[in-house]
Amino acid sequence: MHGILGWGVHLPHHRLDRAQIAPVAGTGGGTGTRTVASYDEDTTTMGVAAARAALRARPAGVRSLWFATAEPAYLDKTNATAVHAALRLDRDAAAYDAVGSVRSALGALRAALTGPGTALAVAADLRAGLPGGPDEAEGGDGAAALVVGSAADGPVLAEVAAWVSLTEEFTDRWRVPGKPASRRWEERFGEVVYARLGAEALKLALAEAGVATEDVARLIVAGTHARAARTVAAGSGVPAGRVADRLHATVGNTGAAQPAMLLAAALETAAPGDHLVLLTLSDGADAIVLRATAALAEYRPAAPVAEQAAAGAPVSYGAYLAWRGLLRVEPPRRPEPARPSSSAASRNADWKYGFAGPPGAPRPMADVAGTIAAFTVDRLAYSPSPPMVFAVVDFDGGGRLPVELTDVDAAEVAVGDRVEPTFRRLFTADGIHNYFWKARPVRGGTER
Amino acid sequence: MGSHGIKDRVAIVGMGCTRFTEHWDKGVDELLLAATGDAFASAGVDKEQVDAYWLGTAQSGMSGLTLSRPLRLRDKPVTRVENFCATGSEALRQAAYAVASGAYDMAMAVGVEKVKDSGYQGLNAFPIPGDGTARTLTAAAMFSMVAPAYADRYGVSEQEMRTVLARIAAKNHANGARNPRAQFRREMSVERLCAMPAVAGGLSVFDCAGVADGSAAAIVVRAEDAHRYTDRPLYIKALSFVAGDGGGLTDPAYDYTTFPEVAASAADAYAQAGVTSPRDELAMAEVHDCFTPTELVLLEDLGFAERGQAWKEVLAGGYDLDGALPVNPDGGLKACGHPVGASGLRMMFEAWLQLRGEAPDERRISTYGSRSLALTHNLGGYPGEMVSFVSIVGV
Repeated sequence: MHGILGWGVHLPHHRLDRAQIAPVAGTGGGTGTRTVASYDEDTTTMGVAAARAALRARPAGVRSLWFATAEPAYLDKTNATAVHAALRLDRDAAAYDAVGSVRSALGALRAALTGPGTALAVAADLRAGLPGGPDEAEGGDGAAALVVGSAADGPVLAEVAAWVSLTEEFTDRWRVPGKPASRRWEERFGEVVYARLGAEALKLALAEAGVATEDVARLIVAGTHARAARTVAAGSGVPAGRVADRLHATVGNTGAAQPAMLLAAALETAAPGDHLVLLTLSDGADAIVLRATAALAEYRPAAPVAEQAAAGAPVSYGAYLAWRGLLRVEPPRRPEPARPSSSAASRNADWKYGFAGPPGAPRPMADVAGTIAAFTVDRLAYSPSPPMVFAVVDFDGGGRLPVELTDVDAAEVAVGDRVEPTFRRLFTADGIHNYFWKARPVRGGTER
Repeated sequence: MGSHGIKDRVAIVGMGCTRFTEHWDKGVDELLLAATGDAFASAGVDKEQVDAYWLGTAQSGMSGLTLSRPLRLRDKPVTRVENFCATGSEALRQAAYAVASGAYDMAMAVGVEKVKDSGYQGLNAFPIPGDGTARTLTAAAMFSMVAPAYADRYGVSEQEMRTVLARIAAKNHANGARNPRAQFRREMSVERLCAMPAVAGGLSVFDCAGVADGSAAAIVVRAEDAHRYTDRPLYIKALSFVAGDGGGLTDPAYDYTTFPEVAASAADAYAQAGVTSPRDELAMAEVHDCFTPTELVLLEDLGFAERGQAWKEVLAGGYDLDGALPVNPDGGLKACGHPVGASGLRMMFEAWLQLRGEAPDERRISTYGSRSLALTHNLGGYPGEMVSFVSIVGV
């Protein structure tokens, strides 16, 4: 039976304290924090980070990659190909986008589960809204990746016992391409529709899996309509103590990434034999029943969700607005960088995307941590978020490279600090995103 | 096989140099006309007598036409050269070798840069299409890593290091104050320099070279012909150039306290000139002080101090105008500014003035009359990947 072979989650380093919002916007905000993608992160880079975490915990010969997001870095050009390149997947491993809505993430996962061989379903999202609005406060940025396949591909940690997908056309939330924020219909309408859809999908899925409501160890309700999710959970018959925390207090709603992220979090606390239900409310309802296997006890995630949710560093509301392009700040008085050459980037794709040397080089540096031998803080260089921090890094096992640091406090960098490569977007010029690798401090249990 | 040099085979017989400053009212053409005009007058020749021209400019123009058009040169070979910040020195090197080869009787080397038309502060390199993975930090930031590395290696405290770097800047500003061609003509105290805010690593704006427009030119002939043009020719003793392989950036053994390309070009130059103890033989040196820590390391790479000792000599005033070996008596890049293509020839212009006794009294080197050799050092690039030029000239 097909199921989950492994998972990885990426939560950005930065956290916005919701209490910071109202003093500036005059309204909105709330309590707790939400995750904020750094200025050099987008859904592609966050997807790479989550996928790398997944493949670190569960090395796999990936045959197909599905990348889902509601905020693609590119339209018309596939984003999954950059993820594919950063993961150094085989040339004949397929890579596809599924973009536009939270629901597309479920479709991508479903396609991954039904395809041949091991597949990687990656979902990432950047959730913004107009300043002071509910989406801004309730949203969160992040990514999650699931390695899926059958027992032939590796030990299955959670088998898919049933999947019911109900589709319904109605307009609860919408966004015209290019607009910075979604709009929403009056809340009660969506709540009523989703309550009906959720209850029906849950009932059908449990019946298909032959699982009684009282045997559900964990009910996860995902979807952008927070009130509907609460209503569905409350009416499900599953005791409140078994309803998964939606990470509102620390992370926020990560949109297309939320279903897989909450599933990952649930799997991290599940026991073999547990039945987990992932119910996603998005233009219909998808209910998935999973059964945790004995192999789950042996699985060690690379960077557990709880650990990442508890970590992070504050970002000011002003910096958040500037990073998302919602506050135009004075640009650095330096020439803007030129767009990268497509042909040069193509020739050097192994280096640029895979952080791997030319053929014959000992090993890709992407998976190697290192130590800062020297560093400098450059307040003169062009950066989308000055100052630029640069370090000369000696990689474990040999090799040195001067690389830009990210997710750091310039005042706290020191020679001897441990850092690890991270795939980022250096800048965008002429609409071309310039992806390359930086290094970030090794924090908590993230070092291999 | 071997680097033999052209010791005493070629001489500089005329030079010109504009003021280095923000020439808002002058473009490349005007700067070139001014510097070459002064050089022609200095040698007592006209443009037709010069058989070939080498123009050094990093990014103020392309091809020999950048020079041949404003000078109205016809039927002359004019070559534009570029070698990072050592561009001006490279032009001289090519002109000197052309004369030494016998191909031409008289050649001119001209350097020019119009940097203040970019609309941005500092120097900004032409973007060359690439894969987008090249480093984007500034030269200031790259060279800023030298200071803590040096301090750490030789046990210099952060405060002492700050003072040493300020002392270098103060010396160059003091010299520049006595140089009418310098961009900055005010003395700066060590205390004031130490109080400046950092912009790149520990470096302040005042640890960086000035940014100025300017041009300089030299006319070279065979040594045996030199006295036809001047009683006091400057004989070329050595011209050396080394382009590194960039390996320092990825070499874990590289520690940012030395520039191997500079040490190698200095060794070659000293061998060509027959100099065995530069500290005792040189009357002066013009070195590429693009940033204050650069000058500190150069003093050791060029053999003016033992490893780990230059900082003490700096504090003791050993490289001041009245020191044992004056360094950057014209104020260096620090006070003159750095019009990239012109700087190498500006350095040579100071050697021309000092060795011939033409420098004004208030900035005459202490060694005048007792020593007769000058060194110019010009580098381009960054720690770990640079080009380095060293010349030695004498009267």
